[in-house]
Amino acid sequence: MRCNRLALLLSGFVISPAVFAEWEVNLVRGVTEISHAIFDLHMIIFYVCVAIAVVVFGVMLWSIIYHRKSRGAKAQHFHEHLWVEVLWTIVPFGILVAMAVPASQTLIQMYDKSEADINIQVTGYQWKWRYQYLDQDIDFFSNLSTPQDQINNKATKGENYLLEVDQPLVIPVGKKVRFLITANDVIHSWWVPALAVKQDAIPGFINEAWTVIDEPGIYRGQCAELCGRDHGFMPIVVDARSEADYQQWLASQNQAQEAEQAAADQTWTMEELITKGEAVYQTSCMACHQANGQGIPGAFPGLVNTPLMSGDGLEHARIVVHGRAGTAMQAFGEQLSDVDLAAVITYERNAWGNAGGMITPQQIKQLKEE
Amino acid sequence: MSTLEQTASTDHHHGPAKGITRWLYTTNHKDIGTMYLIFSLVMFMVGGCMALTIRAELFQPGLQLIQPEFFNQMTTMHGLIMVFGAVMPAFVGLANWMVPMMVGAPDMALPRMNNWSFWILPFAFSMMLMTLFMEGGGPNFGWTFYAPLSTTYAPPSVTFFIFAVHMMGISSIMGAINIIATIFNLRAPGMTFMKMPLFVWTWLITAFLLIAVMPVLAGVVTMMLMDIHFGTSFFNAAGGGDPVLFQHVFWFFGHPEVYIMILPAFGIVSEIIPTFARKKLFGYTSMVYATSSIAILSFVVWAHHMFTVGMPLIGELFFMFTTMLIAVPTGVKVFNWIATMFRGSMTFETPMLFAVAFVVLFTIGGFSGLMLAIAPVDFQYHDTYFVVAHFHYVLVPGAIFSIMAATYYWLPKWTGNMYNESMGKLHFWLSFIGVNITFFPMHFIGLAGMPRRIPDYALQFADFNMVASVGAFLFGFSQLLFIYNIVCCAKGGKKATDRVWEGSHGLEWTLSSPPPYHSFSQPPKVE
Repeated sequence: MRCNRLALLLSGFVISPAVFAEWEVNLVRGVTEISHAIFDLHMIIFYVCVAIAVVVFGVMLWSIIYHRKSRGAKAQHFHEHLWVEVLWTIVPFGILVAMAVPASQTLIQMYDKSEADINIQVTGYQWKWRYQYLDQDIDFFSNLSTPQDQINNKATKGENYLLEVDQPLVIPVGKKVRFLITANDVIHSWWVPALAVKQDAIPGFINEAWTVIDEPGIYRGQCAELCGRDHGFMPIVVDARSEADYQQWLASQNQAQEAEQAAADQTWTMEELITKGEAVYQTSCMACHQANGQGIPGAFPGLVNTPLMSGDGLEHARIVVHGRAGTAMQAFGEQLSDVDLAAVITYERNAWGNAGGMITPQQIKQLKEE
Repeated sequence: MSTLEQTASTDHHHGPAKGITRWLYTTNHKDIGTMYLIFSLVMFMVGGCMALTIRAELFQPGLQLIQPEFFNQMTTMHGLIMVFGAVMPAFVGLANWMVPMMVGAPDMALPRMNNWSFWILPFAFSMMLMTLFMEGGGPNFGWTFYAPLSTTYAPPSVTFFIFAVHMMGISSIMGAINIIATIFNLRAPGMTFMKMPLFVWTWLITAFLLIAVMPVLAGVVTMMLMDIHFGTSFFNAAGGGDPVLFQHVFWFFGHPEVYIMILPAFGIVSEIIPTFARKKLFGYTSMVYATSSIAILSFVVWAHHMFTVGMPLIGELFFMFTTMLIAVPTGVKVFNWIATMFRGSMTFETPMLFAVAFVVLFTIGGFSGLMLAIAPVDFQYHDTYFVVAHFHYVLVPGAIFSIMAATYYWLPKWTGNMYNESMGKLHFWLSFIGVNITFFPMHFIGLAGMPRRIPDYALQFADFNMVASVGAFLFGFSQLLFIYNIVCCAKGGKKATDRVWEGSHGLEWTLSSPPPYHSFSQPPKVE
């Protein structure tokens, strides 16, 4: 009985109570031709290493067991042997050449960036991704959608904790999709393991990568290059759909854009803007300025009771829309709709005891046209 | 005879000064070596506490103990302190102690510079640690401090960080010059280059690496300084600069740097294994050539850290092939060590245990290194925990185990007392188990897709992270045994003989334990 309880305790200790996920120990095989080639290459080199390890550590273990002083082993006097030394230089070299051949082939295949069906520009921002469909006039941002309460352990963590976004990248299966990858501020890296695509997003440069996905599904990844404090909270979700579903999605995107236009022209009350603004603040501003608006001294300025919050609203709006050069404050003018911008500015000006009045979507529109 | 000459001759024979001035003004290679080693041990504990902070936060998914901002500062400082504060000074300390004794010299060639090169370090690291208490916090951009995160988006304390890096670089270069001068000029009569102990050989090559690459690091941080304060745009694309330039320059320093942290370890292990196998080192000549080839190759492989930055195909292929090539001389070294053990008469005192563990675990790190060298696969491994596992296998059971092996091996010689053997063995086994529990699961979470340097992770990585954290605490706390053992040994204990180990060889064992203040007052004759 006691023994059982101990075993239970131990298993509870080792297997985290939060999940009963499989203990994943290997690379995913992925859903593209390239990812399969990479997986096979990975397994070959792994087995080569294991084979070498068995031989080398085998000899070593033999020596440790049989050639020890306590067993009466006497030390031999050899300490050089030309042929042996030549042999164990040449043989590994041969193995490496044999490895280099398939590796080079795969690499060359990966570099074939010709004839894409769809071109998507991927831009890394601190800490979100922007996807622009260059052929379809679709442009949106993709933010982490895991609630703060889950991150701060105040709520139970969801199944795709930290790997979920508000708007995934949607692409069709069976088509060659070319990604043009760049960044707006610091270096990020766009990585989806199942597609075996990892490419750095570098400000001022455009990198290329491509994929052809075999089967529909949702594939998740994360930013892979340290990009500041929320580096761990910058997921990538790729939603691969059949051609028909993809076309349907394209149509729905166009409708959504029209709806956004209509919302910008509508008249909003301050309360409506504040309610909407709180949600926008949480996805776009809270990472730096914090939930309580205090910011992080020395890194990110606070928003509570500052001259900017009580002063001219348009000045405040200008900073949000155009950003502040040379600081982490991005230009949100392109990232957020006019309504969202007006909402979040109004929220900031009236939260935490501030009383700075409201800004309307129309004012934002004018500001953008300046 | 003039009075002047008399003073000079009596001066020459007096022992160390008393009190604090002995340590502040000392030019004696043993005192300076000791200070380096103590400094490095202190830094090892400081950097270790940072590692444990990281592992404690990663024990479970979610943010429990620290915020991401501070997490990034911890990963950055942990890396910088371990590389520049723990591993490198420890090797320099060992070189200070052992190189003059191994080549039959009375002291280092440039003793006054030796004093300087040590005393710069505590100031550099105090400054770097102080940044943690500044407004905006310390460096938070990883130990590789990629621009523009470290230039445009960094906290103001980065200026102090740059100054600290400059000071460390100056210290390293002065130390390296000193070692080269000592080896070239102060060898005992009859000690040709091909008769030098391997530890001396590996340090000679390391010293040249240091002189070659530390100015590159100084250059890159100076460019950063210019970008931050003087309006240049080396790394700012908006001003016509190139963020990837930073990575090229950094890794042109950074890749040889990782060999700076492992070559002296090769030397140490090549001293210890023959001693406890009671057999001469197998393939001395090929060891020397292998070490030199590794050093030379280390200059042409830097971009294998950057396979995903968007290099042209031809670049990827070149860096893949050259990187794979390093496996050949490294393999030769491992085979030689095993051939030395083969048909020996082995005993397993603590230094030997650490040395054997070094060979096994370093080889595992080498295997994962070979996997990482395959460029197409590296696209999947890059910047994941697989890389973290790889370089920790090379640096913890590699560099750090070799430093521990060296400490146990030469401690009786340094202090004149034997350390506590059973405590040493306990320390070894706890460290060995702890290291493997910590870093082996990182291979798995890396392959499964966990990026490095994230303060919080998805649920499927939870189990192995918990295991790794348990291992880290085991490894971390077992180091207290190491310190306790060293302190006890320094204070007293069973007297050590001159030739401490049955199979020991080399000039250092012809001196008394502890050795006289000026090691060899008469140059020994080497047959």
